[in-house]
Amino acid sequence: MKAFLILEDGTVFEGTSIGSRKEIISEIVFNTSMTGYLEVLTDPSYAGQAVVMTYPLIGNYGVTPDMESRRAWPDGYIVRELSRMPSNFRCEGSLQDFLKAQDVPGIAGIDTRALTKILREKGTMNGMITTNEAFDIKEVLPRLKSYQMGDVVSRATCQETYVLKGSGKRIALLDLGAKRNIAKSLHARGCEVTVYPAHTAAEEIIASKPDGIMLSNGPGDPADCKAIIKEIRKLYETDIPIFAICLGHQLMALAMGASTYKLKYGHRGGNHPVKDLQTNRVYISSQNHGYVVDDASVSPKTAVPAFVNVNDGTNEGLSYVGKNIFTVQFHPEACPGPQDSGYLFDRFLEMMEG
Amino acid sequence: MPRDNTIRKVLVIGSGPIVIGQAAEFDYAGTQACRSLKEEGLEVVLLNSNPATIMTDKDIADRVYIEPLTVEVVEQLILKEQPDSVLPTLGGQAGLNLAMELEEAGFLKEHHVRLIGTTSETIRKAEDRLEFKATMEKIGEPVAASLVVENVEDGVAFAKKIGYPVVLRPAYTLGGSGGGIAHNVQELEEILKNGLRLSRVGQVLVERCIAGWKEIEYEVMRDSRGNCITVCNMENIDPVGVHTGDSIVVAPSQTLGDKEYQMLRTSALNIISELNITGGCNVQYALHPRTFEYCVIEVNPRVSRSSALASKATGYPIAKVAAKIALGYTLDEIKNAVTQMTYASFEPMLDYCVVKIPRLPFDKFISAKRTLTTQMKATGEVMSICDNFEGALMKAIRSLEQHVDSLMSYDFSGYSREELLEELEVVDDRRIWKIAEAIRKGITYDEIYDITLIDKWFIDKIAILVEMEQTLKTRTLTPAILKEAKRMEFPDQVIAELTGKTEREIHDLRHANGIVAAYKMVDTCAAEFAAATPYYYSVFGSENEVEQTHAKKKVLVLGSGPIRIGQGIEFDFCSVHCTWAFSKEGYETIIVNNNPETVSTDFDIADKLYFEPLTPEDVESIVDLEKPDGAVVQFGGQTAIKLTESLMKMGVPILGTSAENVDAAEDRELFDEILEKCGIPRPTGGTVFTAEEAKEVANSLGYPVLVRPSYVLGGQGMQIAINDHDIDEFIGIINRIAQDHPILVDKYLQGKEIEVDAVCDGEDILIPGIMEHIERAGIHSGDSISVYPAQSLSEQVKATIEDYTRKLAQSLHVIGLINIQFIVCGEEVYVIEVNPRSSRTVPYISKVTGIPIVPLATKVITGQKIRELGYTPGLQKEAAYIAVKMPVFSFEKIRGADISLGPEMKSTGECLGIAETFNEALYKAFLGAGINLPKYHNMIMTVRDEDKEEVVEIGRRFEALGYRIFATKGTAEALQAGGVKANVVKKIEQESPNLLDLILGHRIDLVIDTPPQGADRARDGFLIRRNAIETGVNVLTAMDTAKALVTSLENTDIRKLTLIDIAKVGNV
Repeated sequence: MKAFLILEDGTVFEGTSIGSRKEIISEIVFNTSMTGYLEVLTDPSYAGQAVVMTYPLIGNYGVTPDMESRRAWPDGYIVRELSRMPSNFRCEGSLQDFLKAQDVPGIAGIDTRALTKILREKGTMNGMITTNEAFDIKEVLPRLKSYQMGDVVSRATCQETYVLKGSGKRIALLDLGAKRNIAKSLHARGCEVTVYPAHTAAEEIIASKPDGIMLSNGPGDPADCKAIIKEIRKLYETDIPIFAICLGHQLMALAMGASTYKLKYGHRGGNHPVKDLQTNRVYISSQNHGYVVDDASVSPKTAVPAFVNVNDGTNEGLSYVGKNIFTVQFHPEACPGPQDSGYLFDRFLEMMEG
Repeated sequence: MPRDNTIRKVLVIGSGPIVIGQAAEFDYAGTQACRSLKEEGLEVVLLNSNPATIMTDKDIADRVYIEPLTVEVVEQLILKEQPDSVLPTLGGQAGLNLAMELEEAGFLKEHHVRLIGTTSETIRKAEDRLEFKATMEKIGEPVAASLVVENVEDGVAFAKKIGYPVVLRPAYTLGGSGGGIAHNVQELEEILKNGLRLSRVGQVLVERCIAGWKEIEYEVMRDSRGNCITVCNMENIDPVGVHTGDSIVVAPSQTLGDKEYQMLRTSALNIISELNITGGCNVQYALHPRTFEYCVIEVNPRVSRSSALASKATGYPIAKVAAKIALGYTLDEIKNAVTQMTYASFEPMLDYCVVKIPRLPFDKFISAKRTLTTQMKATGEVMSICDNFEGALMKAIRSLEQHVDSLMSYDFSGYSREELLEELEVVDDRRIWKIAEAIRKGITYDEIYDITLIDKWFIDKIAILVEMEQTLKTRTLTPAILKEAKRMEFPDQVIAELTGKTEREIHDLRHANGIVAAYKMVDTCAAEFAAATPYYYSVFGSENEVEQTHAKKKVLVLGSGPIRIGQGIEFDFCSVHCTWAFSKEGYETIIVNNNPETVSTDFDIADKLYFEPLTPEDVESIVDLEKPDGAVVQFGGQTAIKLTESLMKMGVPILGTSAENVDAAEDRELFDEILEKCGIPRPTGGTVFTAEEAKEVANSLGYPVLVRPSYVLGGQGMQIAINDHDIDEFIGIINRIAQDHPILVDKYLQGKEIEVDAVCDGEDILIPGIMEHIERAGIHSGDSISVYPAQSLSEQVKATIEDYTRKLAQSLHVIGLINIQFIVCGEEVYVIEVNPRSSRTVPYISKVTGIPIVPLATKVITGQKIRELGYTPGLQKEAAYIAVKMPVFSFEKIRGADISLGPEMKSTGECLGIAETFNEALYKAFLGAGINLPKYHNMIMTVRDEDKEEVVEIGRRFEALGYRIFATKGTAEALQAGGVKANVVKKIEQESPNLLDLILGHRIDLVIDTPPQGADRARDGFLIRRNAIETGVNVLTAMDTAKALVTSLENTDIRKLTLIDIAKVGNV
């Protein structure tokens, strides 16, 4: 069956429908990872977005037991080619079937490079995936322009608190749309991880007297998370060591009066170089963010840059002055992507040692 | 970290002659690195014995030494040039080994020279088997369990411990001879016994067998601050068991999930960090197909063939970055030259798929085993890029230029199901064609997988191509089907065959429906950033990205495709120089080529690079878009020449010599007319199509005769026939591949072979020099030792050669280059071959005369005249030096190949000896070719009857040098009759002890074995030659070569070599 991708700027791509047949409007973003499509699909940070994979051959190894959350999050999925024959010793099924089961509509067989170039040149924009051949572009475009992502964090976070038992440090993980491997990375280091829904009151977390607080990744515009930002400010005021990733990093900065802005087309992929300003070492990181903390808005009295993106010089991490708080924009938990910055979890453990 | 300013003068060591396993990739890496060093204002001293390379140009380095790669030479060079640093990681294994020897001997330290790029400790850790194992164990990286044994019992015990199958690798046997895989104790005992006998040190490595696991490679970079990145990974379609150089390779990996990908990536980073490598490194893994278990197979702490492939596959210039790292820069300080926005500290992301296929030499070595093993056999490779795997595979197949253009090209349709299943067990270069046929026969993926262990994802892709063949064969060709077939890169010709239409009809149908190739950019970053480098590949069904350019005149330079015997790196040298010269003349340059190992496919050589097959259809798609003002074909070897006619049909003017005149040189009758008109004699002969006609011609001329197809490379299929029987056999071989062109039968003249390259502007000619072959006619010019300037010609003969060259060039209206081969018998000069194009000898003669032949020819092609360019036409004054070009062979790598020399070319590369005297030049040339004698002062002689007179003199001279001569009965009698002491040794087919035992005793320096002429030449003495080669003994098969060798041994003392800076020759 034919499917169409209609962009806010009026560009139309015709391809083949994959996954669910439903029509969606979403923000179209591209990811440059060559492996890890399942981890991308199940990363809650993609809630409210449709993802284009720039690597053209997707689904080669099928669906493996590597989901990063309980379900698929993107509103839509855009690929050059879906492999008809997945092959891997851990393969449990095809990506086609997975998309259907997860009710994610998609489009295959389009020139994903041309699409990526449009997004690069004009910036991230909204789009529609539809199988309706009789669409009326005049009617569609205003709808695309008015699309709002809404409160995606509430959708992506867990509903109830749960615990990963461990005998080491006790970590409170605020789930803003967390990838599983954050909790797993801490758990693998012996920690007991208590995962809290995004809207948990700071008091509740503080009362549990954790050894450390971890703020997770998550979807959407950080500035929309006003209530959560207030709670995070309270967490800042404690002496509990805090480590934050991605959205968590942005919310902590916003809580301390800094501001964020939207990147033209974001950083999504597994090849972004970040420099640790403490050691001057460069690490290749996994990234997925459309917004970034404005370095200039950060008061040097509050926090100093800890990491910088080597490509475009944007902020990749902050170290809070006089506090045991450390936050990064990229994803040390990887999945997908390079594991180079996994040492940051060790650094977090050291922070808790005082 | 900014650059280390204490580094001012760097010695770069190249990799020497091209041999199987060490090819053009090191010229590419070395050239890129040298340019990168010069960019930093450093003084670069270059040492490489290979004259066909671009890196040995004075444009690339400040001081250029084309000298043998030996420890003595490097020591002497260091004393002479006083560099402060040596960069050893760009010259392959040869360069690395040299640097290590110097370091270990304390020479570098003593002379305050340091190794940059990597330390000797690192090299040792990576290269020494035991240290490597210990290092991997230390950081918990698994390697396959192994043990060195000296007797069968220990081997059996160890195999019992690690479990069968086991791999056996005898120590110090070249070409892995005597090794193998043992599946049980009987096989183990048998192979081990033989292996222990063949090993010089009586040792065999017994190793856990990981054959059948997935073979995965990572290219890693690391700087002195410890920053590391992976450039890309690659997956071999052929599982472990086939050398990666002989495997079909895809980038990036296709069947690895992120977990496997990152697991191996992290391992590769751990390894490069532990080895403390600064620069590039290649890590090869075996990955279990059904678990996460893996083994590290090998680490190369230097640039390699794989790094060249990775560079071309991603656009990331590994050698350039490695050179900058060697100077002290860190990855985040080095700009990404492709995007010019980002830095070297990132990982390339591909939005396409790359396929590499090796170019194997079985078309040259018809007696060789096609089987692929852990011993590499490929002479070169092709790479293709597409947005789908099927298309990339199809493009790579047709890039091979081996008469293959689809998965139907090797025909296994006559095989029964059972026969096919048996064939699938044979691992050879036709395996994907067998799989395709298996799919056509309904053999299941499971059955194919169980035999081949090729991942089912790849089997399915082959099936998709087979299904398309079926669709085309059975269904009406609709635009939709055509579009899909083109997306998978089916050539028009193949679609035409399958649909019963003509190629033209398919072409027209495509254009009527807008189904045309579009071009995408290789930008290192999957379109995330705008790229500044126009490096393109074609796809169907997508938007075109090529920027239209009109400002300058455009020239299309057609490259020479994969490196093969007969068409090597020299044509890349010519293509690159021609491109640079056109650029200087104000042209926009466009290169089309598909060889990932070469300089011509580096992203910054031409204004635009199209990484594409060199077929008429693929070139036409580029022409349609670029509309070049002209194409130049005379620098790209036969590959480019073959495109001449098609280019003319496309309306592209051929710059330089016209197509008609190229034809006239190849067409026997036209050519005869020209010779007659000019009054130039040639050996008499005729053109034939059948064996009967050939025998008729041969008998009228009288045997021996030379038989060869027209329009061939490197004398392919050329043979000397001595009777009717030979004719039948040779014509049979030639006609195995359908011939559009006739076969030539000529009287064989045994005289001196002479060669010239000349530039002609239509009126005047310029001959840089005359080259003379040491071997008499009958041995291919590429396999002969060639001497410049000719040593034994009279002034009269030289004048005749100049005269004939002028007449021929003028009659053929040559504009640009011409190469002519002559035979001189006494004072008579005969023409035997004329090629109105660049030749193998152009790089060498350019370097030794200092005359930039290719740029000169290019200027002439653009309309300038030799006189205007400041040259006096005619034969140029002889240079102050004598240069000897020595062929280098890779016989030990190709099992079953006959090594005796004849009219068909067999050498893979060459080296040069340059000196003020002939004897020293000759000595250097032999030394450069690896013939470093004497070791044991023992030699074997077995010569044909015709040579029995000459053998006495040669024997006497070797005897005088202290050699003990062993000879077969007839040869020994001849020697003894001439007063030379010779020990009779039994022939190989007689009972032990015989010749073979002598050879296997590893006490022989040299075998001189001249087989008789004719079809039987290959059979006689074949086993002696093979065994000698495989045990590392030098074998000479021509008396002239033997004479040259003894001359060189008599004359030179190694301490007295004078090193010559080639960069200064041109200024003389």
